[in-house]
Amino acid sequence: MKQKSIAIVGAAETTKLGKIPDMSQIALHADAALNAMADAGLKPSDIDGVATAGESPTETAHYLGITPKWVDGTSVGGCSFMLHVRHAAAAINEGLCSTVLITHAESGRSRVGSRGFARSPQSLQGQFELPYGVTSPPTMFTIPVLRYMKERGVSEEQLANVAVVQREWAAMNPRASFKDPISVDDVLNSKMIAYPFRLLMCCLVTDGGGALILTKADRAKDRPQKPVYILGTGESVETPMVSQMEDFTTSKAFRISGAQAFAEAGITHSDVDHLMIYDAFAHLPLYGLEDLGFCKPGEAADFIWERNTAPGGKLPLNTNGGGLSYMHSGMYGMYALQESVRQMRGTAPAQVEGAKISVSHGVGGMFGASGTIIFTNEGP
Amino acid sequence: MADFKRPLPVPTPETQHFWEGCQSGELLLQSCDECTKTYFPPRPFCPACGSRNVSVKSASGKATLYSYVINHRPRPDFGEEPHSIAVVELAEGPRMMTNIIGCPQTPEALVLDMPLEVTFEKANDTISLPKFKPAGA
Repeated sequence: MKQKSIAIVGAAETTKLGKIPDMSQIALHADAALNAMADAGLKPSDIDGVATAGESPTETAHYLGITPKWVDGTSVGGCSFMLHVRHAAAAINEGLCSTVLITHAESGRSRVGSRGFARSPQSLQGQFELPYGVTSPPTMFTIPVLRYMKERGVSEEQLANVAVVQREWAAMNPRASFKDPISVDDVLNSKMIAYPFRLLMCCLVTDGGGALILTKADRAKDRPQKPVYILGTGESVETPMVSQMEDFTTSKAFRISGAQAFAEAGITHSDVDHLMIYDAFAHLPLYGLEDLGFCKPGEAADFIWERNTAPGGKLPLNTNGGGLSYMHSGMYGMYALQESVRQMRGTAPAQVEGAKISVSHGVGGMFGASGTIIFTNEGP
Repeated sequence: MADFKRPLPVPTPETQHFWEGCQSGELLLQSCDECTKTYFPPRPFCPACGSRNVSVKSASGKATLYSYVINHRPRPDFGEEPHSIAVVELAEGPRMMTNIIGCPQTPEALVLDMPLEVTFEKANDTISLPKFKPAGA
C-alpha cells in the first residue's frame, strides 16, 4: 500500500474490560464501535465500510444501523483485525469506500451470546488432531515449544521470564487485569497446565472489545484526535493444524507478514520505537522477535532476559501488559493495535517518550495466520 | 478396547483409505509419482507440485519424537492422569499428531528425538487411532 495514505482517526476499547457478565458479545461490539465513533467525532451514518471477525459483518453492521458499501469478514483468528486494517487501507485507496469501522468483541469469559469453536470431526483437524486430546489453545499452541527450546537452547526460566517482564508493564496500566509483580519462580511454581506451560505462561480469558476507524490521510486532519498513519502492512496464513507447521522453531506466516510490512514501510528495525507481539502464550514474543528480524534465531530469550524489552529498555514490547497480563478475550490482535495507536497518539499509560514508529504483530489460530501493521505519527 | 468418549474422526472420501489402513494395522501415506514428495494428511493431489498422480504406500511405522506437551488439565474423555500430546516425525518425512503410549508420561521418559514405532488403538468398529510407543518396547 501507499505509505501514510490512510490514517486511524478513531480508536477505543469497550468501556469495561475483564468480567462483563451483563453484556452480550454483540453489545460489546457496539460499545467499542460507539466509543470509537465518539473518539473520531463521527456517527454511524458517516461509516460506509465495516469489517469484523467472530461476528459476521452483516450482524455487526445491522446492529449498529450501518448499511455499508464495503465489507470484510476475514476471520483467521486473533490477527484478523490486522488483516482488516490492511484490506481497508487498500479499499479506501481504491475508492471502494471512505470511512471504515473495524470491530472486535468477545464475551470470552462470561460467554454471553458468544460463538462456539466446534470443529467438524470430518475436517482435517477433526480427523488428525482432535482425537489425541487437543481441544483448546493451551494444548495446541504450546506443542512446538519443546522443539524450539531444544534447537535454540532456551530454558524454562527464560520462557517464564517473558511473563515476568510483561507484568512489569502491566503494573503501569490501570486497566490491566493483573498488576502485582511476579518472579520467575512464581511462574515456574504456578499450576501446570500443559508441560512445559504453567498457568502464568498462558493468557488471560476475559470479556471486552475494541474498534478502529480508518479514513484517507488528507481527511484525517479535520478529526479531533491526532492522526496515526499506516506506514506498512503484511499478512499470511500457513496451516490450520499446528502439527503441520513447516518448522516448529519459526513461523512461516510471521516471516512473510513481517517482511512485507517492513518492505512497504521502507524502514529498518532500528527505526522501530515500540513493538507489540501478540502473546497468547509466553513463547510467542520469542518467535515474533526472531521471525520479524529484531533478533537472530536463538537470541530472543537472552534479549528479553537482558531487559531490552522491559521498561527502560531499548525496544519496549507489549507495553499494555499483553495477553498475559492486560486482557485476552480470545482474539487479542485488536488490543495490540489499540496500544500501538495509544503509543502513537502519546496517550498510553506506559508511554514511550518520543515514539514515532510502532509495529503491531498478530497471530491467528495456532501459528496458523499472521498480520503485521506498522504505524507512525509523522504525517505525509 | 479403551473406553473412547473422545471426539473421533469421521473419514471423508479423501481420507477413507487412511482409516481403513489403520483398521488393518497399516500406516498409509501418499507420495507423488511426479516429484516423489511423500505427504500427510491425505489428499488426492500433491501439495508440493499440484500433480494428481499420487500413490498410496505403506509406511515403515518408524518415527522420532519431534515435540510434545503433557496435558495436566483433567478431561472427561481422557481421565485425570496427565497425558502426552505429541508430534512425531515419520521415517518417510511427514509429521503427525499422536499420543506417546507405553511409557511414563513424564519429561524424563519423553525425550525429544527418541525412536518410536506405530501401534494401533482400536476405538470402535471403524476407527483405530495410530499411536506411538518407544521403539522395541
